[in-house]
Amino acid sequence: MESLFDFSPLVQEFGTILTGFWSTIRLTLMSGLLALILGTILVAMRVSPTPVLRAAGTFYVNILRNTPLTLVLLLCALGLSDTLQLTLSSDSPTNYYWWAVLGLSAYTASFVCEALRAGMNTVPAGQAEAARAIGLTFLQSLRLVVLPQAFRSVIAPLGSILIALTKNTTIVIVAGYIEASAVMKQMFDDYGGTLPIFLGFAVGYMVLTLPTGFFFGWLAKRLAVSR
Amino acid sequence: MRSRQIGAILLSAAALAGSLAACGNSGPKSALQKAKDDKKLTIGVKYDQPGLGLKKPDGTVEGFDVDVAKYIAKELGVPESGITWKEARSANRETFLQQGQVDMIVATYSITEARKPKVTFGGPLYIAHQDTLVRADDTSITSLDSLKGKRICQVTGSNSWKNIAEGTNKENKKVDVQLVPAGAYEECVTKLKGNAIDAVTTDDTILAGFAKREGGALKVTGAPFTDEKYGVGLKKGDKETCDAVNKAIVKMYQDGTMQKIFDTHFSGTGLKFTATGAPPAEGCS
Amino acid sequence: MSANVLFDAPGPRARLRNNILTLISAVVILAIAYLVIKALADKGQFAGKLWEPFLRGDVWTGQILPGVIATLEAAVVSAVLALVFGVIFGLGRLSEHSWVRVPSGAVVEFFRAIPLLLLIFFAQAGPATISGYTVSVPAFAAVVIGLTLYNGSVLAEVFRAGILSVPRGQSEAGYSLGLRKGGVMRLILLPQATTAMMPAIVSQMVVLLKDTALGWVIAYEELLNYGLKQIPSNFGNLIPSAIVISLVYIAINLVLSYVANRLERRSRRSRRTTATVVGAPAAVGVSAGIE
Repeated sequence: MESLFDFSPLVQEFGTILTGFWSTIRLTLMSGLLALILGTILVAMRVSPTPVLRAAGTFYVNILRNTPLTLVLLLCALGLSDTLQLTLSSDSPTNYYWWAVLGLSAYTASFVCEALRAGMNTVPAGQAEAARAIGLTFLQSLRLVVLPQAFRSVIAPLGSILIALTKNTTIVIVAGYIEASAVMKQMFDDYGGTLPIFLGFAVGYMVLTLPTGFFFGWLAKRLAVSR
Repeated sequence: MRSRQIGAILLSAAALAGSLAACGNSGPKSALQKAKDDKKLTIGVKYDQPGLGLKKPDGTVEGFDVDVAKYIAKELGVPESGITWKEARSANRETFLQQGQVDMIVATYSITEARKPKVTFGGPLYIAHQDTLVRADDTSITSLDSLKGKRICQVTGSNSWKNIAEGTNKENKKVDVQLVPAGAYEECVTKLKGNAIDAVTTDDTILAGFAKREGGALKVTGAPFTDEKYGVGLKKGDKETCDAVNKAIVKMYQDGTMQKIFDTHFSGTGLKFTATGAPPAEGCS
Repeated sequence: MSANVLFDAPGPRARLRNNILTLISAVVILAIAYLVIKALADKGQFAGKLWEPFLRGDVWTGQILPGVIATLEAAVVSAVLALVFGVIFGLGRLSEHSWVRVPSGAVVEFFRAIPLLLLIFFAQAGPATISGYTVSVPAFAAVVIGLTLYNGSVLAEVFRAGILSVPRGQSEAGYSLGLRKGGVMRLILLPQATTAMMPAIVSQMVVLLKDTALGWVIAYEELLNYGLKQIPSNFGNLIPSAIVISLVYIAINLVLSYVANRLERRSRRSRRTTATVVGAPAAVGVSAGIE
């Protein structure tokens, strides 16, 4: 079984692998940013005074959180982009990149929203009551009082969501975009599905995810709201 | 947690570990030996490749690869009822063979230099050619050259797109195409039908399988530009079985079964059976 | 903090505004739905041929239901094992002994860092390649091992957070009553923490269930493999299949969440806790299938 322990493919394809991981990073950062924005909007909707917004927010989170990401991405690329002809860019690779980003962030936003909602629960009710008492509107009290505290209490879960997002990019090939795990798949076909190739990619992902985890752990401690 | 619950959990963990151990060590028996002694074989085929290996809603499998596998099994002394089918994918093929979870793989498994150190190949059982699938009303794509500037599907985990974009084809011609990535050929066919790409290019057998299923909406252009030697994947070093498989393949061509199998699955798709005999064996190693 | 402390109860004008907004949204949603359906119809996606398979009995009995069962089997076994794994390593990380704490932390961080897809492959190909013996790991076992290691690690963090959320005075009171470490954990901390952790555990179970879909990589035949590979291969209806399979997943997960919430509410009534509810699950699962 010597040949099954052959690390040379990793050396031969090193450049391609790096390009793959660079795509992974691009996807992760852009989707993470969009998911954070969308998730914040969603949580505002879910606690808003307008019933229809609350219902829409709840509906969105329930649907997206309960659908496997593959299906979300597949319906984005094949359904919205190809079939409904909603193109985000005239350049085909750019178009699929943005659909991949949209799919990932739409899915991740539902988790961001739930994390933030849990974070809002840690803010004492007195804070919001005080905000209302001094005449702040709903959006003002959310923006100035509640959300800043909620964010600080959910830094660690948000970090975990970012890590999960990094790992979730392994699926975007169904949305027509090539990143590290697609490179891995190509290598399986070229060299066989052997352990060394998997090990190489596992290390690659750990290089991305472990520092993220430690950084967010440190940040959470630093920014913790002392009560 | 109540102790009874913990007990139940430990029990299920033990059961899982037990099932692992029980499946371990299938022994050094070659596939041929197993076929002779037990009259049973486990064969890996595709489950999602129309025309080649496809699992139907009733649980049966059908296709070109499946029929070839049945014939080879029969020659090794295993009746159809003795075959257990398993799904083969590019990520598990080598592992399956190495661990003895399957005895052989007949699943559009091309014989390549890179795979030879890990797998012993019987065959080739058929030589397929890379060709192009287009919408039936498309007359602009007729040859390799005419793909220039067209949108073609790039399936990761398949080399077909490289043969065009990197020039590893019979004409040694690099064609400047626009690659649209996808996860599987099924997605490519959906994109092709939806006009999101212009052509899907890979082995003509795979394309013919899709063309037949889509019933006239898509056609194979019939301008092949590579040779793909389909092999029978065997555990590395299993020369005994490999020789027996090669004999079975020669016989399959001689007695006309190959032509029959081919016609059953690919007639009416434009794909022609041109072989006059079994392709020259690669030699077992 | 519940939502209604954020705003005043709506007065007559606010109620009118809410009603108008509801009406406008309804019109907008209907308009979008109409446009989508029209566009799909123009593209021939509503052709009977593409949807007819889902009216056939054999597609349900031969493909979708076996897929659902295989998904549930893998999910249930992994869920139980992941809970055990989570308890062991979550408590291990809280240990006073560094020789327990440090390795437990390393294990948890390691398995959280690697994509599940890779873990499942390791589970199948790893033992044989590393030991040099022929160890064959069935697809089901590999999926269960991968899911257990990953979700168990996430749950370990949930457990740790849950136990830390019980106020210190509780364990101090336990010790002062003469309980030992085991007794404090078993009788005081765990029961209270469990209630606080329930929402996070339930969310992780949903993630786990969706993650069984990654079994495709080693050809485990679950719902996604049947629904997104085999059914479209038979009938050439990828988009309709994706829609139907999404609905099946959503239904299963909503039922799971509903049942779990009912259980949680019942246990909350019978058991009071001093712990604060642990935040949303620490992770979004990889849920998927390539190829």
